[in-house]
Amino acid sequence: MGFFIEVLIGGLLAGVLYSLVALGFVLIFKASGVFNFAQGAMVLTAALALVRSLELFGQWKWPFWLALVSAFLFAAAIMAVVAWGAERLVLRKLVNQEGIILFMATIGMTFFIEGLAQTLFGADVYPLNLGLPKDPLFILESLFDGGILVNELDIWAAVIAGMLVAGLAVFFQRTRIGRALRAVADDHAAAQSVGIPLNQIWFIVWLVAGLVALVAGAVWGSKLGVQFSLSLLALKALPVLILGGFTSVPGAIIGGLIIGAGEKISEVFAGPLLKDLGAWLATNGATGLGTVLGDVGATLTGIEIWFAYVVALLFLLVRPQGLFGERIIERV
Amino acid sequence: MIYREAGQYKASYQADQAIFPIAQDRLVMIALLAVAFVVVPFVASEYVYRAVLIPVVILSLAAVGLNVLMGYCGQVSLGSGAFMGVGAYAAYNLGVHLPFLNPLVCILLGGFVAAATGLVFGIPSLRIKGFYLACATLAAQFFGDWAFLRIKWLTNYAPSGSVNAPPIQLFGLDLSSPTAAYLIALCFTLVLGLATKNIVRGHIGRQWMAIRDMDIAAEIIGVRPMYAKLTAFAVSSFLIGVAGAMWAFLYLGSWEPAAFSIDRSFQLMFMVIIGGLGSILGSVLGAAFIVLLPIFLNQVLPPLGALAGLKISTATVSHFEAMIFGALIVFFLVVEPHGLARLWSIAKEKLRLWPFPH
Repeated sequence: MGFFIEVLIGGLLAGVLYSLVALGFVLIFKASGVFNFAQGAMVLTAALALVRSLELFGQWKWPFWLALVSAFLFAAAIMAVVAWGAERLVLRKLVNQEGIILFMATIGMTFFIEGLAQTLFGADVYPLNLGLPKDPLFILESLFDGGILVNELDIWAAVIAGMLVAGLAVFFQRTRIGRALRAVADDHAAAQSVGIPLNQIWFIVWLVAGLVALVAGAVWGSKLGVQFSLSLLALKALPVLILGGFTSVPGAIIGGLIIGAGEKISEVFAGPLLKDLGAWLATNGATGLGTVLGDVGATLTGIEIWFAYVVALLFLLVRPQGLFGERIIERV
Repeated sequence: MIYREAGQYKASYQADQAIFPIAQDRLVMIALLAVAFVVVPFVASEYVYRAVLIPVVILSLAAVGLNVLMGYCGQVSLGSGAFMGVGAYAAYNLGVHLPFLNPLVCILLGGFVAAATGLVFGIPSLRIKGFYLACATLAAQFFGDWAFLRIKWLTNYAPSGSVNAPPIQLFGLDLSSPTAAYLIALCFTLVLGLATKNIVRGHIGRQWMAIRDMDIAAEIIGVRPMYAKLTAFAVSSFLIGVAGAMWAFLYLGSWEPAAFSIDRSFQLMFMVIIGGLGSILGSVLGAAFIVLLPIFLNQVLPPLGALAGLKISTATVSHFEAMIFGALIVFFLVVEPHGLARLWSIAKEKLRLWPFPH
């Protein structure tokens, strides 16, 4: 039981990071109807800018807190440039195009941003140290034998993600710009007719998504090191969104948690479980079926890479709008 | 002056519906084929075959296949790499388990297996579209990656996970030279490309385009969406599967699952978008462009960098490549959604009027 909970917590904490990436998607999708494939590339760019500038400021012998703050500001400025470029050079030219054309344009943007970021900042694996504690921690030792192993960094990641979501909620509900953003998300034409400048709003939304990407990049980068695989996160966010619904912020978070946990649990337990079942069947008569199940169980390793997609696929057949998404009836 | 159709009368319906209704087009096409079949084998070196000709010819077919789905039927697919893999592994396994089959037959049969797989993954498209379908095909891609790596039966229990293609022979002739590989690939691509060109001109192709342009309207005028979409998935996966089997048998020789990763899917998608959505010629142009650009950059960038006093590594070149591809995708989507094919037809229009533009 202790081991199960350990895997579950590990999965949930990985899910927090999926949620962070998916959150960036949802923000942009709600405000501009663009499915932003470049979110993963933005995570990579932000993380690279952060880690490289931190390294540089460190060489200049700046005190750590000053270097950290400056590096975050620098990375945020880079994200502002990306947001400006996306709005000015891509979105504005493609207004009123079909969603799928915009989607393909963001795939093009992905490649451009990735190439540019790696040319400017380098393409190695860079360890990122934000001064967060990284020690493994044993909790609930009284309940389970030997306790449950979690990493302090993961807990910090969860705390940071929670703070980010709370901050975004306040921003959207309580500020003037947030209200404008919600108005645009609701109805473009109506928002424009009451005098909300759409172009400006799109820039702000992309900037906010860029800042979310920065946080995701910082957290994920300090866990795994900043490297190219960060941008592949974008692909994992797709099933998360299908599960949670494209238009729902809580959906992105809960979807991320479900996918993260499900992935780890199925990875660790599905194969051995089938193998045991096969062995049990083989000893109790059904030899043929048992051997087949055992073989299937032995093959089921590394299913992490497709588990999320298949769950999303099955979910699409049952509830296409996701757990919390708006119900858009579009019969084919 | 030269490219003029005045005086070419069409006296029958047959002449009116020809693929190349203009005599000059026919001549150019015949000349091109003559060059491709007769001149090229005499002049091309092994490097040109391996680096340019064989990849262009094979990937053209794959791009035509993806274009059927994306350009003609309007269904986005991010899983074409996996379907190429299905074709390749199916052809390999047919060769292993039915050793009396000729490898060339295996290539063709691999296409049919890929078509069946495509049908299965096309079923979700009956209920979903757009991003949702993109995700479903992404599921196909990742499932394929995993299956080729982990299901040992598919690789005939090869310990390293890499498999070898059987030697290509026909009627006792050894066809393993690059020239032969090129000619075989050219024959496959030509025949299947021609067939596809005729399919998209016929009633099935019109159904696909009707579905692409507006599915509800198409259904009302009597197009069956299920039939149209599934045929598009089947034809597309068949072509992509044959291309995948050729890629494995004629180009790679021995390969690992990474040869059919998601990068391949993106590469094919770029070919289709840059070449032109909804154009057979465009697919070929796109394939040639995407294959040639990295070679060109690798030749040109390092000397240019040396001129500017910079040392440009191969990694930097590949980043530049990604940037140029990305920028081109956005550029074409914004400026010319019909891609290189449209540029070509504009050039033809201009040529018709030249030298008296009024």
